Amino acid sequence: MSSATMSISQTPTFSSTAPANAATPVQAVAAAPVAPAAPAAPVAKRSELRERLKNIARIVLPPLIGLALLIAIWEVVAIKTQGIPTPAKTWSAAVVLFSDPFYSNGPNDQGIGWNILSSLKRVGIGFGFAALVGIPVGFMLGRFKFMGSMLDPIISLLRPVSPLAWLPIGLLVFKKADPAATWTIFICSIWPMILNTAQGVQRIPSDYMNVARVLNLSEFKILTKILFPAVLPYMLTGIRLSIGTAWLVIVAAEMLTGGVGIGFWVWDEWNNLKVEHIVIAIFVIGIVGLLLELTLLQIAKRFSYASN
Amino acid sequence: MKPLVQVQDVGMRFETKNGTFVALRDINLNISEGEVITLIGHSGCGKSTLLNLIAGLTLPSSGVLICNGREIAGPGPERGVVFQNHSLLPWLSCFENVMLGVERVFGAQEGKAKLKERTRAALEMVHMDHAMHKMPHEISGGMKQRVGIARAFAIEPKILLMDEPFGALDALTRASLQDELIGVMQKTGATVVMVTHDVDEAVLLSDRVVMMTNGPAATIGEILEVKLEKPRSRLELAHDPRFADYRAAILEFLYQKQMKHAA
Repeated sequence: MSSATMSISQTPTFSSTAPANAATPVQAVAAAPVAPAAPAAPVAKRSELRERLKNIARIVLPPLIGLALLIAIWEVVAIKTQGIPTPAKTWSAAVVLFSDPFYSNGPNDQGIGWNILSSLKRVGIGFGFAALVGIPVGFMLGRFKFMGSMLDPIISLLRPVSPLAWLPIGLLVFKKADPAATWTIFICSIWPMILNTAQGVQRIPSDYMNVARVLNLSEFKILTKILFPAVLPYMLTGIRLSIGTAWLVIVAAEMLTGGVGIGFWVWDEWNNLKVEHIVIAIFVIGIVGLLLELTLLQIAKRFSYASN
Repeated sequence: MKPLVQVQDVGMRFETKNGTFVALRDINLNISEGEVITLIGHSGCGKSTLLNLIAGLTLPSSGVLICNGREIAGPGPERGVVFQNHSLLPWLSCFENVMLGVERVFGAQEGKAKLKERTRAALEMVHMDHAMHKMPHEISGGMKQRVGIARAFAIEPKILLMDEPFGALDALTRASLQDELIGVMQKTGATVVMVTHDVDEAVLLSDRVVMMTNGPAATIGEILEVKLEKPRSRLELAHDPRFADYRAAILEFLYQKQMKHAA
């Protein structure tokens, strides 16, 4: 996922500056002695266009080749093995599926749109509670050494536990499947939130705190004008990691709890032996995850400050 | 005249892994109102430590510091600080950076318009009014330090403490900021304590140059009084034999009496 986002975020700067610098001076030297200015302009334009197309090709071609390769391998595997649908078959199933994504025939038969939305809703609620608890706890951990030393062993112990191990506890406490799935999301989201916020607080340059002390700022001003803006980029990293894990976990949690949701849908289609739907679900889960990541990266970019 | 700041028998020790480190010992210094003092010495001589003690950012291990008749127990707005690396908050514009301190110091008794006027005046004084709504990352290092100076001056401190304020700037920018500072000091009659590495800067700006011995356990070695008329002009001083004498006196102290073999 990270390599995909890299290529998306970096390439535009390259393509916009390079052709303008590279094409024009060469063209001016070549055209001037042969003919007067009039014909030189369209030639320059044409070569500039060619240069631009080349750059676009350089950006677009490799990912396209990669995708084509994936589909080719898939095609071969589908022909060689029984049961795995070919790309074409999957595509036509997807067209049918997405032509009516929001139908509802009772709780166990709903359109893929509803399934995605209810998964996103669970992630949103679980993640929201995690932010509500995790960010203040992170602030306290970073600000007060005692709190940090107190909670550090507990976090170190609990963090490597798969969030799904907490699912039975959730079922026990909430007595229902739906809040139990949200509970696992809460558990898996809270660790990156706490740890990144705490790290952000600890890494505030001492200069900024000295400024606060010299100007004798009030606690409220310190919080709003120094602590919060300084920690925000770290917090956003925590949020991004949390959402990424939450989206991984929700599929597994829903497979176990049932109900409406993309994870349950995958399991349901497996029981119906509609393998092409499972393949579609894999793509859908991937695309939604990618969109979540990209959105949060954009937000993070908006709030990151050049430090010097 | 009663001195504005009195430093009496001040010593500073730090506890480190390898035992106690004595940074400063037996520091005695009186700073009068309107006086400009530079602290000069080799790196590691504790001149920044002394400045931080006056600022109240650290407290002395022994001895006492008094500002305006009261013991220094912490930082306060009557002592403005210009940091070496400007320390502007990157998420606030230049104007907001200066405004932050102005609001704190004058916010209780003055209206918003007056506070803004003060902020604008401070930025105008360092000739940064044209870029006051820019963010710190949009302006050059020299401009950032101008804003840093404006921030310190805007709260009208009794004394201005500067920790190598021009250390990170190139020679030309440094010269123009020194001239700027001379202008501001002339206008406000400010009391200034400034840490520097630069011998020319020390002679150009100060009334007294406090030369510090090498650390550890550094203390004040000599104090040189610079009796050149103010305002001073860099160009005129370049041909002034007295300037050369003062310069030579400092160089002698630094490179003969306190010779330090570079690590």
